[in-house]
Amino acid sequence: MAKQIEVADLDAYYGSHKAIEGISMTIEPRSVTAFIGPSGCGKSTFLRTLNRMHEVIPGARVTGKIRLEDQDLYGAGVDPVSVRRTVGMVFQRPNPFPTMSIFDNVAAGLRLNGRVRRSELEGVVEKSLRGANLWNEVKDRLSKPGAGLSGGQQQRLCIARAIAVSPAVLLMDEPCSALDPISTLAIEDLIAQLKNDFTIVIVTHNMQQAARVSDRTAFFNLAGPGKPGKLVEMDDTSKIFTTPSEKATEDYITGRFG
Amino acid sequence: MTATARVLPAISTGRRVKNTFVQGLVWLAFGLAIIPLISVLWLVVKNGLARFDLTFLTHSMRGIAPRDAGGGAYHAILGTLEQVAIATVISVPIGLLTAIYLVEYGQGRRLARTISFFVDVMTGIPSVVAGLFILAFWILILGFGFSGFAGALALSILMMPTVVRSAEEMLRLVPTELREASYALGVPKWRTIVRVVLPTAFTGIVTGVMLAIARVAGETAPLLLTVFITNSINEDPFNGPQMGLPLYIFDQMGRPNDTAIDRAWAGALTLILIVMLLNLVARVIAWWRSPAKAR
Ligand SMILES: Nc1ncnc2c1ncn2[C@@H]1O[C@H](COP(=O)(O)OP(=O)(O)OP(=O)(O)O)[C@@H](O)[C@H]1O
Ligand SMILES: [Mg+2]
Repeated sequence: MAKQIEVADLDAYYGSHKAIEGISMTIEPRSVTAFIGPSGCGKSTFLRTLNRMHEVIPGARVTGKIRLEDQDLYGAGVDPVSVRRTVGMVFQRPNPFPTMSIFDNVAAGLRLNGRVRRSELEGVVEKSLRGANLWNEVKDRLSKPGAGLSGGQQQRLCIARAIAVSPAVLLMDEPCSALDPISTLAIEDLIAQLKNDFTIVIVTHNMQQAARVSDRTAFFNLAGPGKPGKLVEMDDTSKIFTTPSEKATEDYITGRFG
Repeated sequence: MTATARVLPAISTGRRVKNTFVQGLVWLAFGLAIIPLISVLWLVVKNGLARFDLTFLTHSMRGIAPRDAGGGAYHAILGTLEQVAIATVISVPIGLLTAIYLVEYGQGRRLARTISFFVDVMTGIPSVVAGLFILAFWILILGFGFSGFAGALALSILMMPTVVRSAEEMLRLVPTELREASYALGVPKWRTIVRVVLPTAFTGIVTGVMLAIARVAGETAPLLLTVFITNSINEDPFNGPQMGLPLYIFDQMGRPNDTAIDRAWAGALTLILIVMLLNLVARVIAWWRSPAKAR
């Protein structure tokens, strides 16, 4: 199920503003890849190009190539909707659908994409909630509104919602930035489990988190003030955090930055 | 204790005075605003109750002279309900679809800006002009006669901009994050709008539609030019003159007899009750669909 992603010479723009430039990398299946780098260097932008969410913003566009296994994501005739079914996403701020119950939130992806039988849904919802470590907390109130959960529970609900459509890749944009240490730990454990089935990419500002959960780490930086963001280097996480090959990476992870 | 008092001093006399003064102003303004409302309601209820009876609700004015007692507004109630229902059926879909286009697809395109401009223009159309337009176009040029439907057309011209504006506002309040959450699940845009955006904005849209209905339910001038006036029951909104409650009030109020004036007040009371009832229905619908009560 998990798939490899290959990015070649990718640029992304907001209108005439170039946000990231010349990014090439390979993201391995069944592994966790972490993106780190200073604020505004284009991590979120790059992450969103991986499931064609970038172009949802008016005026935003992408040049370059991204291959998912043997498919060209930006090829002519490729439906961005089907790309997003294969490459799921969890956002920085939990965003459950306010009009839906917990059950409906998890079932949303399947339901909104066509008719599914209720019995089948129940199985998927339970499996996804268990997968997101939320089942025991909500199993007695599945019909209550999703917005009534705590922030950490809402984020795990969003993860359950994302994995319910069984994507091949799961993108996470700072999924723990609004959470307490215990919820964070729960989500990190979850990521470690999920990587058995999915390709996971996670953006984080927390170096320890990157070191704990990821197999490979990519460091992004701005080429200069007002210039687009770039990939500085990407390597095994253990190498990035002990002996990075670039000076900028070392400065950043040791906190001697800018 | 003393330390706290030094760091956090008590509210100064100056602020206390200012606070009381402004609070007084607010209450005064509230009182002033509510005087007309209360006095109108009180007058209508007081004068309307005299003739607000079963005969009034179930009989027309057929064969009843102005000075006769009895008679009723059944024909007018029926006419108003039909005209407003047709106007709603016409303007809500068009208005809602326009709002969806403006918010979800327009995004600063020339067409969207043009539509937005004309919606503003339409908001400013005096209701007589809407009536005149239907009179000239539908009744005189196309040659259809006076009918409830012609009146509904005029009312829908007045309703549409209100529906567009209120729905647009409600749709813009739906956070982008919800749309993105839906896209990220691989849900196409149109389905996201139907299943995520519209349900989220539903309560607000219903309220907006109700306000629009309340606004046109009391319109008199456009109906006078398109529906005309009749004393008989005409159940068919597509053929022949009908009555409407505003027309009924206008017609009865214009006569010098106390019996007619009493009927006019009762008509006004009926109109207010109908609008209030619609509001109540809207609230029930909104409550029934609200997230707090999700299945
Ligand atoms: N919707 C947008 N419209 C225009 N410019 C944008 C938009 N979103 C981001 N940008 C710009 O693109 C650049 C990269 O932003 P991005 O959000 O990708 O940074 P980031 O690395 O995720 O930062 P952070 O760590 O703070 O989340 C920034 O210069 C930002 O101003
Ligand atoms: Mg970001």
